[in-house]
Amino acid sequence: MVRLPYLIALSTLFSYGLLFAFGQMRDFFRKLIDLSKSTSEDLKGYAPICLGLEDFYTRRLYLRIQDCFSRPIASAPDAWFDVVERYSNDNNKTLHRTSNTTKCLNLGSYNYLGFAAADEYCTPRVIESLKKYSPSTCSARVDGGTTNLHTELEELVARFVGKPGAILFGMGYVTNSAIIPALLGKGGLIISDSLNHNSIVNGARGSSASVRVFQHNCPSHLEEVLREQIAEGQPRTHRPWKKIIVIVEGIYSMEGELCKLPEIIAVCKKYKAYTYLDEAHSIGAVGKSGRGVCELLGVDTDDVDIMMGTFTKSFGSCGGYIAASKDIIQYLKHTCAAHLYATSMSPPAVQQVISAIKVILGEDGSSRGAQKLARIRENSNFFRSELQKMGFEVLGDNDSPVMPIMLYNPAKIPAFSRECLRQDVAVVTVAFPATPLLLARARICISASHSREDLMKGLEVISKVGDLVGIKYFPAEPPKCVEESEKALSLKRKAVDPLETLGQYNHVFCPL
Amino acid sequence: MATAVMNMTTAALDWVSIAFDAPLARAVVFGVHIDGHLVVEVLLIAVILFQLTRKSYKPPKKPLTDKEIDDLCEEWIPEPLHPPITEEMKAEPPTLESAAGPHTVIDGKEVVNFASANYLGLIGDDKIIDSCVASLEKYGVGSCGPRGFYGTIDVHLDCERRIAEFMGTPDSILYSYGISTIFSVIPAFCKKGDIIVADEGVHWGVQNGLYLSRSTVVYFKHNDMASLESTLEKLTHGNKQAEKIRRYIVVEALYQNSGQITPLNEIVRLKEKYRFRVILEESHSFGVLGNTGRGLAEHYGVPIEKIDIITASMGNALATDGGFCTGSARVVDHQRLSSSGYVFSASLPPYLASAAIAAVDHLEDNPSFLTTLRSNISLLREGLSNLPGLTIASDPLSPIVFLKLKKPTGSSKNDLELLNKITERALKEDSVFIVSTKRSVLDKCRLPVGIRVFVSAGHTASDIKKVSDSLQRVAALVLAEHI
Repeated sequence: MVRLPYLIALSTLFSYGLLFAFGQMRDFFRKLIDLSKSTSEDLKGYAPICLGLEDFYTRRLYLRIQDCFSRPIASAPDAWFDVVERYSNDNNKTLHRTSNTTKCLNLGSYNYLGFAAADEYCTPRVIESLKKYSPSTCSARVDGGTTNLHTELEELVARFVGKPGAILFGMGYVTNSAIIPALLGKGGLIISDSLNHNSIVNGARGSSASVRVFQHNCPSHLEEVLREQIAEGQPRTHRPWKKIIVIVEGIYSMEGELCKLPEIIAVCKKYKAYTYLDEAHSIGAVGKSGRGVCELLGVDTDDVDIMMGTFTKSFGSCGGYIAASKDIIQYLKHTCAAHLYATSMSPPAVQQVISAIKVILGEDGSSRGAQKLARIRENSNFFRSELQKMGFEVLGDNDSPVMPIMLYNPAKIPAFSRECLRQDVAVVTVAFPATPLLLARARICISASHSREDLMKGLEVISKVGDLVGIKYFPAEPPKCVEESEKALSLKRKAVDPLETLGQYNHVFCPL
Repeated sequence: MATAVMNMTTAALDWVSIAFDAPLARAVVFGVHIDGHLVVEVLLIAVILFQLTRKSYKPPKKPLTDKEIDDLCEEWIPEPLHPPITEEMKAEPPTLESAAGPHTVIDGKEVVNFASANYLGLIGDDKIIDSCVASLEKYGVGSCGPRGFYGTIDVHLDCERRIAEFMGTPDSILYSYGISTIFSVIPAFCKKGDIIVADEGVHWGVQNGLYLSRSTVVYFKHNDMASLESTLEKLTHGNKQAEKIRRYIVVEALYQNSGQITPLNEIVRLKEKYRFRVILEESHSFGVLGNTGRGLAEHYGVPIEKIDIITASMGNALATDGGFCTGSARVVDHQRLSSSGYVFSASLPPYLASAAIAAVDHLEDNPSFLTTLRSNISLLREGLSNLPGLTIASDPLSPIVFLKLKKPTGSSKNDLELLNKITERALKEDSVFIVSTKRSVLDKCRLPVGIRVFVSAGHTASDIKKVSDSLQRVAALVLAEHI
């Protein structure tokens, strides 16, 4: 949970207000200048693509810090990668690539188990399958797009996740957008967590079902919503709902939190609602053998009706899957539009996932899988505890490889990002609209391919930059060494107690 | 009797007037002589005011008690998550055991493959495979992040530039999956309150994009320009407000549900007359139509600047995966922040982007592929011209040769059964792999179903002869029993 101190909220609001005011002033002058120019013949009679304030945020706020986003890289997104340098001649409006690159520590890519770069077991097999099956099948799964690899992977995924059957798709985003309309239609109800990913929101909108939202990770509010909705029925007609599906995610990517799965499943069972679990960030990354949040939290996979996941994060490939009972999979294969119309998943990508799962399960004959899983757990816990000791405000639960560091102020976003890049550490900063307006953050993603030295370097740079930018909102823990701790304690006593310093002046203000 | 009543009434009236003439009645307040009737009037007004201030009667609202809610929750029985599984749902498609080129292996047998949209025959091409291998060794398979967060790899930027160069537009933007291109582009530009005129035969991706955009959608008859003109006329006639609303026409260059080609010159004429913007879906015409494969605009000789937004999936002629959208710089820049399939999804795997670059280079260097493709199409159409029970319903230039039933049974389901029988027998008996239309229950398209034969530049004359002979034989057998 984020605790936003009043002073920081006020200063953040003030900063945004200032930026907004400047933006409006510039827009006003732009309008004056445009009035004097006439529109070209081609565009007369056409309404503009963006009217008025629709792209205000893009033009006036985002463009100023555009160089912090979409940084191109010139190598594989491994633990260290090459970031391409860019320059701008017109104050960040357009950025041009140079051919220079800088080697930076990668704390931003979703590479949880380290399969991103060429891997000794996976890559030769991928190249073999590329030569045999070509990069694409040019056809939908139901036409001529199903190869041996696809059927093999579906069985393997079903076995790995712990469900009877599975179905594959070529892109994780499309999985959610195309499956939810196939499961529900008009007369159904979707209850989704307030911080769910955009693909789930899109899928819910694309089906014609009604959507209600419950407070993030709050099973008691979910129960309230369920009771209210079942009692009231459909809006206006009050007929009973045809079905209710509750959609939650395993790890929320902007919070780093684990979902309270056992309680939510208990509530859903009590009220006969179906559950849909989106494990995009948690499959392969958490759990003793990498099987996701169900394994970590001790939930039986039979209790979750539909489990969805993607292969982009932990398996270093692309695509998504749905795992459920054999009947549901059969039905989805017959109805789901993405299965019937979209090009099937690229065969080399399928082979990459097959090899990655075999490594994780230990079926390749080595213990690399278990080592990777242990390393990512160690790395995440170590990094998180060190950051908290330094005084940063870090969100998320233990064991989760995603850790957001709160920044709050809009000016700290580019400051943090650029300073870190200058010191060869690449971090990801996220602001509105992916997060609420006041809660901008920097998000760190730890990988199993980070060694202890990499993490120490990352911590050192983040600590230095954090001091410079001023984001250590909590008091730092004193270090373990004795004389240093005494020095630190005395400093702490002087620094952290502002009332004491004010108290020195009491005799000045106090009239008595 | 009457006099007695009269006397009583007069007596009562006298009594009343005496009561009114009582000392109270002689009061004078502020110089106003207060008569008795004033008291009655004041009382009446007081009563009226009193009644007006009372709340109107509403039956009291009794919210449900907890126990009642519990009972309702107990009683409620949800539908099962899936409807009962029928026999047709259990059908599994054939599994390929090798690359989906012009010849492929199914169940250990070699078959002639007319089911992959491999129009230029680039599946199995050595140059493309070599560039992919180099990419895999350098970048690995996945890109591990969305475009905004270190998922932009230099091959993506090179690919975007190459495609823009090839099409002759200022810029282009890459998407990571073919079908998500169109249903992300449409909601990025069309919002609630805008007007979209779309063809009724567009495929599911376009329909989903139209639904997600929440704009007002008006469909016109499939590929019928007169119907389009009358729809545009109706929408803009006398509508002053139309100036401020964004208006779009959405069409596919080559419809995958029927094989028809859109007359682009007509569309551009109508667009300029009525001031609409055009979104052109070129998935099946990119790399196929036009002298050098640059798509429908080249085919009709229309300057590319007249088409506002062009989208295409690269999973067909270019034999890779993913999609792109191209247009003016403003159009492309807008999508980088507001297109959900671009912002919230991982980027295209780098080896597919380098395959796309290699394919575009190949196409530009060898336009002979297009002439081979065209001669294959005309050869096939000749061979299929006299099929018993089936007619060719697609355009002469379309690489999707669409065969419809001459006498449809009246229900799509029965039509599909017949067509599936034909395709199954062709595969089993003649080793020819063709497919029928697959429609999802969620698809709103009502065009007739049929058999689609995808022609490729990699097919030889003997392959084409084999498929024509097979169809002649099987169609005669299957449809003779059922006509």
